[in-house]
Amino acid sequence: MSMAEFFRMGGYAGYVWSCYGLTLVVLLGNLWFARRELDSQVLRATRRTQASASETSGSGPLGRAS
Amino acid sequence: MWLWFYKLASPPYAYAVAGKLRPWLLWSAIALMIVAAYGGLVIAPPDYQQKDAFRIIYVHVPAATMSLSVYVVLAVAAGIGVIWRIKLAHAVAAACAPIGAWFTVLALATGSIWGKPMWGTWWEWDPRLTSELIQLFLYLGYMALRSSFDDTQRADRASAILAIVGVVNVPVVKYSVIWWNSLHQGPSISKLGAPSITSDMLWPLLTMMLAFMLYFAAVLCDRIRSEILKRERNASWLSSVMSTRGAEA
Repeated sequence: MSMAEFFRMGGYAGYVWSCYGLTLVVLLGNLWFARRELDSQVLRATRRTQASASETSGSGPLGRAS
Repeated sequence: MWLWFYKLASPPYAYAVAGKLRPWLLWSAIALMIVAAYGGLVIAPPDYQQKDAFRIIYVHVPAATMSLSVYVVLAVAAGIGVIWRIKLAHAVAAACAPIGAWFTVLALATGSIWGKPMWGTWWEWDPRLTSELIQLFLYLGYMALRSSFDDTQRADRASAILAIVGVVNVPVVKYSVIWWNSLHQGPSISKLGAPSITSDMLWPLLTMMLAFMLYFAAVLCDRIRSEILKRERNASWLSSVMSTRGAEA
């Protein structure tokens, strides 16, 4: 089977490759959204812990956390 | 055994475990996806009826399967959260929703693209397609309901009820092709022992399904960690964990 024949997918190239492309996009996007959400939650949690730490004991060693 | 279970249900431990598991799950998922895609696109012979268009099965079926399985995980976790009042179970349920919604979108989209050359239409109000669309609305409804509460605990309880009631749609989607006369083709692999497809076509499909499960678990790790952080207020373990996050990412 030649390379060109493989990419032609027996005339169904548009359908087959768009499905695989779409799958790749969704899988990567899903991964990226989850990572971005985690980063933003980490940032918020860091701010929260820093804020509560400075309330009780002034500036603590938590400054390193970020 | 129970001790281990209690330990796992504690947010700091679960947070750490999820962080450690994620790279293993993700890389094994990627490796298996490459193998399965090669098997499905190159090794598997063209279908005698659908020719090369059948190769869409290797992304469509795993996505559709995950769309339902993720919902079952979500509903079971929500049920555990309500019955035993385990905070982590609610976190798992909430973490499942966006991932499952994406799988459902993917199943609908690839199904639609597959339907065009095979059935001559992008969409039909067919039992399978309609029930899968309802599945998407269940996910979206669940997420919308959650976001309508400011208080996470109330969001957990209210959305859990919706999740548990919504689980009735799962068997409807699964058996829609058997119960009703559907345009959608019947199951390809559910006939245990005697699948209706040859082994060269079957193993890439099973491998891809396994890869999707591992991928789901990997993304779930990140999502669960986010949900744990949202629920933990002023917990002292947070500050010690925060400093390690940057190193793993």
